[in-house]
Amino acid sequence: MKVNRRSFIKSAAATSAMATAASLFPGVSFAGWKKLEGASGMISWQKAPCRFCGTGCGVLVGVSGDRAVAVKGDPNCSVNKGLCCIKGYHSVQALYGKDRLTKAKVRKNGKMVTVPIKEALDVIAAKIKETIDKHGKDSVAMYGSGQWTIPDGYVASKLFKGCLGTNNVEANARLCMASAVTGFMTSFGIDEPMGCYEDIEHADVMVTWGNNMAEMHPVLFSRMLASRKRKKDVTIIDLATRTTRSSQASDKSILFIPNTDLAIANAICYEIIRNGWVNKSFIKNHTTFHKGKTNIGYGTEDHFSFKDKPEDISFQDYKNFLKDYTPEKVEKISGVSARDIKYLASLYGDPTKKVTSFWCMGMNQHVRGTWINNLVYNIHLLTGKISTPGNSPFSLTGQPSACGTVREVGTLTHKLPYGVVMKQKAREKAEKIWDLPAGSIDPKPTYHTVEMFRALDRGDIRFMWIQVTNPMVTMPNLNRYRNGALREDRFVVVSDVYPTPTTDIADVILPAAMWIEQEGMYGNSERRTQHFDEIVPPPGEAMSDTWQIIEVARRLGFKKQFPWSKDDYIGPLWEEYRRFHDNPKHNMASYKVLKARSGVQWPFVNGKETRWRFNPKYDPACKKGSKFDFYGKKDGKAWIWARPYEPAAESPDQEYNFWLCTGRVIEHWHTGSMTRRVPILHEAMPESYVEINPEDAMDLGVVNGEKVKIVSRRGTVTMKASINGRGVPPRGTVFVPFFDESYLINEVTLDAFCPISKQADYKKCAVRLEKV
Amino acid sequence: MPVLSYVAIPRSGAKNELLKVLNSMEYCEAFPADNEDILVLVTDTPDKNTDKELHAQLENLPTLESLSMTFGYNDEQPLGEGDGYEGQ
Ligand code: SF4
Repeated sequence: MKVNRRSFIKSAAATSAMATAASLFPGVSFAGWKKLEGASGMISWQKAPCRFCGTGCGVLVGVSGDRAVAVKGDPNCSVNKGLCCIKGYHSVQALYGKDRLTKAKVRKNGKMVTVPIKEALDVIAAKIKETIDKHGKDSVAMYGSGQWTIPDGYVASKLFKGCLGTNNVEANARLCMASAVTGFMTSFGIDEPMGCYEDIEHADVMVTWGNNMAEMHPVLFSRMLASRKRKKDVTIIDLATRTTRSSQASDKSILFIPNTDLAIANAICYEIIRNGWVNKSFIKNHTTFHKGKTNIGYGTEDHFSFKDKPEDISFQDYKNFLKDYTPEKVEKISGVSARDIKYLASLYGDPTKKVTSFWCMGMNQHVRGTWINNLVYNIHLLTGKISTPGNSPFSLTGQPSACGTVREVGTLTHKLPYGVVMKQKAREKAEKIWDLPAGSIDPKPTYHTVEMFRALDRGDIRFMWIQVTNPMVTMPNLNRYRNGALREDRFVVVSDVYPTPTTDIADVILPAAMWIEQEGMYGNSERRTQHFDEIVPPPGEAMSDTWQIIEVARRLGFKKQFPWSKDDYIGPLWEEYRRFHDNPKHNMASYKVLKARSGVQWPFVNGKETRWRFNPKYDPACKKGSKFDFYGKKDGKAWIWARPYEPAAESPDQEYNFWLCTGRVIEHWHTGSMTRRVPILHEAMPESYVEINPEDAMDLGVVNGEKVKIVSRRGTVTMKASINGRGVPPRGTVFVPFFDESYLINEVTLDAFCPISKQADYKKCAVRLEKV
Repeated sequence: MPVLSYVAIPRSGAKNELLKVLNSMEYCEAFPADNEDILVLVTDTPDKNTDKELHAQLENLPTLESLSMTFGYNDEQPLGEGDGYEGQ
């Protein structure tokens, strides 16, 4: 045993070195690794998707006895082809932090007391019932996450929307993906990317829009660099608001003033038209032109509401609209030279080049998030560079199942697994599959995420159940929402794996099974559904989030809707869920197929995955005989939108003279509640910091590592300065990673959002700096 | 009983020679990248002193340009939280 255990450790040591090598030399491969692996006879390997980012790398988890001891990339998974990033390689260590939550706790006389989990589940069911009796069905809410497994989100929606009849179901993906959804819906009438990661190997040009992929989607970035090395004439452009590792590895880095990506995208379209690079037949046959409302607000006030009013326009109207966006005019708005704008346009416009655009939070956490998604689609539509290998506008996700659980299951207030609550047909379908009386589902959406926490503060919501997310670190303008959650007569249940600032405000804490301690599925950025088994047992009384909800549902009298046995519930539940998507536009693979493969892309029709949608060559849902069929829209045509540049909700002024942008680092995932418990990741990045431009630092008299106070109209945080570190912001901008709960940067950020998607903008608010 | 791993960067053109030397040294196991001039080295020594001595030897290798440690494990000491091995 001793010898074998030592072999495991050596395996883990070698894996760790290879992970580091891969971050230094993207695309590096070690065939000799097999020799060492052979020494570790006691490890059995089982497939799973990685726990962390939305790339969705396939991993093989090495298990010894009841314990996960090692990770390697799954060579059968086309996402990563055996590669992983440093977080993936060390992911299993996140299961074994000393302070794992293993028992339930309930607040009694002001104190959290350990109780059997059954008692905690009784308390939750009783509280839901009591709250509904006293304040009505819309006083109870569920707040989940893009880290929910698909079954977690499905049972949450079924219980709250179906059985309880309230549309108070939201997930943190509202704060990370909602603009991508509304971007797709408004441009194409249907959600999720048309392309897939294979676009990377086909593309001649890749433009990253406000997306530091080297740190946030490192395995995909490695694929980009490997493709450039192999094909030689591949160009990577980094279009961003600060210089990062991605900028350094790109062929060209272009910096723009925050929010002016709107103007840049319009200027690119202006140039494409001016130079005659428009794909005329594509435009004629596959697009229509539209405009919507302008000056649409920022949602900073309670009860804010907005409804767009689309109007048809002609190509000529669109051309006239673009006259305000000549490269010379946009240079003044954006800080990007007219020459660089023309260069970008020439790359998109060159008919011999295949172009893929990638984006993630930079475009989605944006007060005009829907618009900027529309505008980048415009570029691809004008040039006809879409839905073919290498030609892809591609919105990436940040969480492992933002697509699978939130966008596909529909765990947002207005959504159902199929369609939206406002549509009778969609409600009827859900009521039928869920075996509920007609009229059970309310046709009115209630609160989107920011408004849901405002409702908790106001008292419109009295009970909230939070699963797999940490809003007391991540809500923008955090002070207001923490105070709101702590008010008298609010009841908060938190299901999680470790203590966090969110469990600190809870009245009940449920210990949750984490990742491979339960069976489930995730859905990644490229429409890939990935199944994993329960590979190791959960500790103590920890229970999957799915089963927690089922237990409460049964206590509330919904046994008929949740009939499954604890030994076998994921398979039947998946087959029930799959009925919602039983059509060639979204058909999902069967449970059996998912179990056998390292991920399957939908639409999965007649045993075949769909790589590129809307193109009849690849997509069986398309009308035969047409070259492209954007079937989300009734006439099969995609929409080109005239959307103007409008400024951010809050821009620097005399008093608050810096832009603040927040984000992530490669070592830590989101709020760090898991990765900060992995020693090697914690040691590599032990605390958060504020990146300051060296000249600004000099003006302030601050040197590297010295403390700086960041002050906004909403709060302050004091942290160490990082000057000429990993990232360098331009003058007048600072950047702070949000992984560290000791420095709550969201007490400083602003809760402004895109009026269409309701996604908050974490990338732009005004602050001032004070030397401490 | 320390187990450590490193990314080893050889001097220009010396990858194969370094690989040979490392694999001939006691307590060392090295393997090369197929497509880059780097190696991964895993060392497994019986105690801290031997590890120290080995490290000094490594630092003096003429074919080695740099050595970056990526993993450290020593079961002479109690393990830290979350290292994934406690209780085995
Ligand atoms: S790139 Fe994302 S999915 Fe892949 S190993 Fe890293 S964290 Fe996991």
